[in-house]
Amino acid sequence: MATVASFEIEFVRFLDPRGEPTGALPDFAREPGTLIALYRSMVLTRTFDAKAIAMQRTGKIGTFASALGQEAVGVGVASAMRPEDVLVPSYRDHAAQFYRGMTMTESLLYWGGDERGSDFAGPRHDFANCVPIGTQVCPAAGAAYAFKLRREPRVAVCMFGDGATSRGDFYEGMNMAGVWQLPLVMVINNNQWAISVPRKLQTAAATLAQKAIAAGIEGLQVDGNDVIAVRQVADAAIAKARTGGGSTLIEAITYRLGDHTTADDATRYRDADMVREQWQYEPVARLRNYLARINAWDKEAEEALHRECAEEVNKAVDAYLAVPPPGPDAMFDCLYAALPAALEPQRAEARRFG
Amino acid sequence: MAEVNLVEAVNLALAYEMEHDESVVVLGEDVGVNGGVFRATVGLQARFGAERVLDTPLAEGAIAGLAVGMAAMGLKPVAEIQFTGFIYPTLDHIINHAARLRHRTRGRMSCPMVLRAPSGAGIHAPEHHSESPETLFAHTPGLRMVMPSSPARAYGLLLAAIRDPDPVIFFEATRLYRLFKQDVEDNGAALPLDVCFLLREGTDLTLVSWGAMLQETLAAADALAKNGVSAEVIDVATLKPLDLATILESVAKTGRCVIVHEAPRTVGCGAEIAAGLAEHGLTSLLAPVQRVTGYDVVVPLPRLENRYMPSVERILAAARKALEYA
Repeated sequence: MATVASFEIEFVRFLDPRGEPTGALPDFAREPGTLIALYRSMVLTRTFDAKAIAMQRTGKIGTFASALGQEAVGVGVASAMRPEDVLVPSYRDHAAQFYRGMTMTESLLYWGGDERGSDFAGPRHDFANCVPIGTQVCPAAGAAYAFKLRREPRVAVCMFGDGATSRGDFYEGMNMAGVWQLPLVMVINNNQWAISVPRKLQTAAATLAQKAIAAGIEGLQVDGNDVIAVRQVADAAIAKARTGGGSTLIEAITYRLGDHTTADDATRYRDADMVREQWQYEPVARLRNYLARINAWDKEAEEALHRECAEEVNKAVDAYLAVPPPGPDAMFDCLYAALPAALEPQRAEARRFG
Repeated sequence: MAEVNLVEAVNLALAYEMEHDESVVVLGEDVGVNGGVFRATVGLQARFGAERVLDTPLAEGAIAGLAVGMAAMGLKPVAEIQFTGFIYPTLDHIINHAARLRHRTRGRMSCPMVLRAPSGAGIHAPEHHSESPETLFAHTPGLRMVMPSSPARAYGLLLAAIRDPDPVIFFEATRLYRLFKQDVEDNGAALPLDVCFLLREGTDLTLVSWGAMLQETLAAADALAKNGVSAEVIDVATLKPLDLATILESVAKTGRCVIVHEAPRTVGCGAEIAAGLAEHGLTSLLAPVQRVTGYDVVVPLPRLENRYMPSVERILAAARKALEYA
């Protein structure tokens, strides 16, 4: 008998849960200003999430999916991307979207039930939220193919949850990325829950990262609550993709501290104790502790940041609330490049009934 | 001008557009070295390279999804699904992504892709190789659904489909691929995607069909002509958006209409046309609209497929019924 293949899955972490370095930090993390920018983005996302949930509860927006506890995944990944790269997100990736330039007002418009939220100012080439789980992996591979064909040094970065890794689209898109060595970086936000179904019921595989092995690409795990680690592995994977080295699957281990969405009640399927325990690993406090440890952060800075974020979020909310709803023509305006004659009577009917 | 059959016309259109627009890429299973199982893409990889004519892994859903991403990033992908029986995994990408991309981003992004597939029965193919699911796509907002019935229309409509800024589903009847040849000038001239084609003028009866069934429909028109009945024949090659105006205009003249399609009857595209005639043409109708369609059954294996597909006799029977209605 001979072994014809074997593999190992690396796990990357730089800060332990208390914010203590486990070894030498990567170069970018030696500059406190860089880390403070990441920290600020995570706090802003968390502030936004709390506000958005409150707005849903008071009927100001519709169903909303919070990123509570997973801020480091989006911020870490987005901070490793260039503007010309393309983000292909799920519906829980506003941390990454905000970092790249989508405004909070636009996100509120989307969750408030207005398509104009996806006509965002952020990189105009970024894809909009993808709701059908994991289907965005295939278009992401197609985007990466376009870059490769045109010899553009751009990378497609696709984000999705642990549940998506059970779907065919994930395997199929990843497989194509392997075959053609596409500049595609896939990031699993493994927050342990697909609504009520825990990670262990998604697959018997020991890691989700190892699914990359079957596609002939590199797969690795990262502590998704350590923004320095996420940024570092995303940096490496994106650089590799940009220089023709092909695709990478990153499994970011994190935890969904909130409900799946505002339409969900997680107490139906998981213990409060379990969630309480997970709070000791969350990413915001971890980086704050590190920043305090190196004397780059203090109580005043923290308070000022919270004030600033609250103000920014409130401004975004006001701007959102000031946007009047679209008229009925909006249903027809962008369906095709030009409205087919066959649809004109229906548009007229919609106008007539307002 | 060259005499070509329908599959050669498809090949000519693909080659023409690849030659003149470098953003056009062709992808699918066996489309490269093999030139496609029906040879629709033969010679393209040798001419335009393996980067633009991609043999994909065997995954129909991902072929469609890949095309969505390519199109969103400025390419014009023409994806081939080997048979319509295998097209169902693409529905998620076509319905949820391709058809909605422009709308859901308010025009920020668009999806200029074509999904080609050989369609229909009549070539003694194995199971799952004879379906006619055009109604699934014709029902979906944001798509165009095209089914040419001749080499010349295949050429001109495929060029139009590739150039169209929105997603187009393009079904090619396998039965027509090599059935007959026609003069096709390879001049890059596209045909319109939103009008019916009037194939024959007539005064007594309107026959409406598309795709391969126009063979039987035209044969029925010939037989009717021998009996002194003048039938107008309309090819609804572009099923969505539907040009109902041309059909209404014809029925205003003839007062009688028979709709012929190979797909099953219930919620078939014929139902939409019949409803349109009832809504907008009732006063010109002299007889109930007749439908001659595939039965509401699973498409049978080859031993029975000719009993399933509408025959000239069935069309003539429906025509008589429409003509004899007092």
